[in-house]
Amino acid sequence: MSERELAGQVVDLVRRLGGPGAQAEVVVTRADLALTRFANSFIHQNVAESTVGVRLRVHVDGRTAAGSGSVVSPDGLRALVERTLAAARLCPPDPAWPGLTPPTPVPSGATVDEATAYAEPDERAERVRAFVAAAGGLETAGYCRTAHRSSAFANTAGHSAEGRSAEAAMDGIARTGGADGVARLCVDRLADLDGAELGARAAAKARAGADPVELAPGRYEVVFEPAAVADLLENLSWYGFNGKRHVERQSFVEPGAAQFDPAVTLVDDPLGAADLPFDLEGTPRRRVTLVDAGTTRTVAHDRRTAAQAGAESTGHAVPGGASFGPIPRNLRLLGAAGGQDAAEPRAAGTAGAVADVDTAALVAQVGRGLLVSDLWYTRVLDPKSLVITGLTRNGVWLVEDGVVTAAVRDFRFTESYPRALAPGAVLGLGRHPVRQPDRVDGAWWEAPPIRLASWHFTGGASG
Amino acid sequence: MSEFDAATAAVQAALDAGARYADARVMHRRYESMSARNGEIEELTQDESIGLGVRALVGSSWGFHAVPDLSDAAARDAGRRAARIAAASGRVPGPPVELVPAEPVTATWASGCEVDPLGVALSDKGDLLVEATATMAAHGADVAEGLYQIWDTAKWFVSSEGHRIDQRIRECGAGISATSIGDGETQRRSYPSYRGQYGTTGWELVTSLDLAAHAARIAEESRALLTAPLCPAGETDLILGGEQLALQIHESVGHAIELDRILGWEAAFAGTSWLDLAQLGTLRYGSDLMNVTIDPTIPGALGSFGYDDEGSPAVKRDAVREGRWVGVLAGRDSAAVAGLPYGGSVRADGWARLPMVRMTNVGLEPGPHTLEEIIAATDDGVLMDVNRSWSIDDKRLNFQFGCEIGWEVRKGRRGRMLRNPTYTGIGPLFWRSMDMLSSETVAWGTPNCGKGQPGQVGHTGHPAAPARFRNVRVGVRA
Repeated sequence: MSERELAGQVVDLVRRLGGPGAQAEVVVTRADLALTRFANSFIHQNVAESTVGVRLRVHVDGRTAAGSGSVVSPDGLRALVERTLAAARLCPPDPAWPGLTPPTPVPSGATVDEATAYAEPDERAERVRAFVAAAGGLETAGYCRTAHRSSAFANTAGHSAEGRSAEAAMDGIARTGGADGVARLCVDRLADLDGAELGARAAAKARAGADPVELAPGRYEVVFEPAAVADLLENLSWYGFNGKRHVERQSFVEPGAAQFDPAVTLVDDPLGAADLPFDLEGTPRRRVTLVDAGTTRTVAHDRRTAAQAGAESTGHAVPGGASFGPIPRNLRLLGAAGGQDAAEPRAAGTAGAVADVDTAALVAQVGRGLLVSDLWYTRVLDPKSLVITGLTRNGVWLVEDGVVTAAVRDFRFTESYPRALAPGAVLGLGRHPVRQPDRVDGAWWEAPPIRLASWHFTGGASG
Repeated sequence: MSEFDAATAAVQAALDAGARYADARVMHRRYESMSARNGEIEELTQDESIGLGVRALVGSSWGFHAVPDLSDAAARDAGRRAARIAAASGRVPGPPVELVPAEPVTATWASGCEVDPLGVALSDKGDLLVEATATMAAHGADVAEGLYQIWDTAKWFVSSEGHRIDQRIRECGAGISATSIGDGETQRRSYPSYRGQYGTTGWELVTSLDLAAHAARIAEESRALLTAPLCPAGETDLILGGEQLALQIHESVGHAIELDRILGWEAAFAGTSWLDLAQLGTLRYGSDLMNVTIDPTIPGALGSFGYDDEGSPAVKRDAVREGRWVGVLAGRDSAAVAGLPYGGSVRADGWARLPMVRMTNVGLEPGPHTLEEIIAATDDGVLMDVNRSWSIDDKRLNFQFGCEIGWEVRKGRRGRMLRNPTYTGIGPLFWRSMDMLSSETVAWGTPNCGKGQPGQVGHTGHPAAPARFRNVRVGVRA
């Protein structure tokens, strides 16, 4: 039975068992997820799962409950509907129920690459083999993954939608002499993942990171590579552009205010990749400009936070969103040219610590500062000012007079992300955003390298 | 077809497809959570998931496949696919894989449970959260949150070596938190800890927490923190409450002694460890007061079980004895690589995930003091409690923690409340500075330990009590 048929069956069951007044929305998703993981330069974990999941939310007699399950037999679906209806009737009233998404046109979404959707384990293993080989004997670790989802939505208001998503990603490090170099990429087509190119890049950076020196903590000008910028985007999404946090005044975001440097334009663009074209509430997903040339425009909403804010849903309802809020998960920091320039390749033409021409151009402008590849274990000290602590990882280098002069040991930092991106704080942007994978498929963070006037490193590797 | 039949069929199919070892886990998990906000129910979620995961060893390469279908055909197909994936792993082969010996076990085990948490009326559970969050809102909290979570997991394990084990593990817990919002920052207070307290117990654990009785206090503290003086910056003596020490153990001991990290198997993501196996048995990890055990046999603690997900029985072991590092968390394959005779710490987050080395209950044995004695013995220091933020490097050395609340300690007395208390240090130096440890141990439960790719969430327990550490850097800020 197709996802659409299963979703329709659940809606019919709710009507039959919950009465004519029962409202319901259901999402059925089949997924084929596979991940080939390597460490010490061999494949040590290699997994695949074929799953099906049903998510149901009902609103009956003014009360709301949600249920989910993996059993899609007739008995299983009936049990899911019965227990969710029973749960709703025992809940207190839900006066803030925002209602269901009315019948609405939903875009078809991007074309899914079938070769990626149904990739074989040998194809992932081959990319790992190429990564390992290109590292030239350095120890390597990482993963190659493929993901395919086929999903259908239906609700009792008569709205329905369906779509598919596919994604491939590779994330690996090479290691030598206590130094790690990283290469990371998320794409729509497995064929666009070149394990050898990524392995060579990681190895070159690892070799350039050997024999690091320890520098004193303090404020430094920095160039962040796309992997590091991805962390900024993720935390801005979760704690800043989250409509629930904004409604509750727990976010720093002020729509209409020039909160960021004019170089900063942030766009959430789920349809810019082969992602599902609708959210958990059936709202069509679309491109949303969150920050336009430094001025904050809006935050992400699901139907509930939109109703509270007097706005419309932006298509950001996600599992668990009732508690932690709607999150933009396909965020792009536009490049310096004002957008992607697909005709101009990002060119991997440089060597060592500086892995591409974009980064090279930014590094060349630095008098004294640090080139940072990646950030790690970032945690929020205060969500409103978005002060975050974390560490550098996978490579830090001292830059003097536009040239990398030494590898540097990792730092701990404590910094307010909005303050680091505030007007006047962004000294340069690369031209080519690079898509970085999230921990889960369907989410990604895309950014060029960025040059910031100041970053507060509050501790060195030795304390 | 029974769950054991499905697991057996999957294992046999993997063997028929060329595996020299295979195991399979059928899991049936029911999950329920409810959250409340400012006196109203925010979300009620119930999930029921059933499926099978099979692991195959072909040559020296592993493969794993999972399906949500327990039919004979689906189970056999999953076994064949696991073997095929293992064969693909052989394209990038590693060293020979062996498994430390394990006696085949046929057994049944269940965690203790007085009151079935899924049997408690939803209305009663809702009333509990509504009352506590309404009280917090009435006492000044801008955002008053309450949450409970329940997991009821049945699993059936079969291996090609003859294991046949079924277990039922019921876990639950709850907590509340109050957030007050100021002009430029927020302040949060939680009880009994940020996400609550959890264990392998029934609803009696939640009842014993008496959430409503603590609601007014934490709301008022969150409001008061907005105008409290900042935690001073500098080096001082640090007293940690037991809840914060539990997370300190989790991050700077528990993860560091995971054998897969030590062997480099997590190098690209979770990270490695500063520990070197060559120093096992001799390395000075902490002061003589530091006695850390790996103990999945503690009744009611969140990391307890009868058998791990490789069929190894729960056994108590030492990790650190009188400050010396003596033990690791291991699985059967990682232990064989390290030349150690034991596994026993491998678990999977559901049927669709590969079993991997996870913490069980990793905690400190009690010390000789009390918190009041520690405060009384401190001339100049800061007392911090209840975690607010945590961050540690990929070798588990350099950490920085923030707590929800701090207090000045002067001349043996607890003084002013302090806001934004943070502390930072290097693991072994920090543990070597521990000079007082309380006997007031609580087995704190951590239900959100992330590890692995694809991501897995682990449930771990951490017996801990208040302790004092000398000359710690505190008050780090942006």
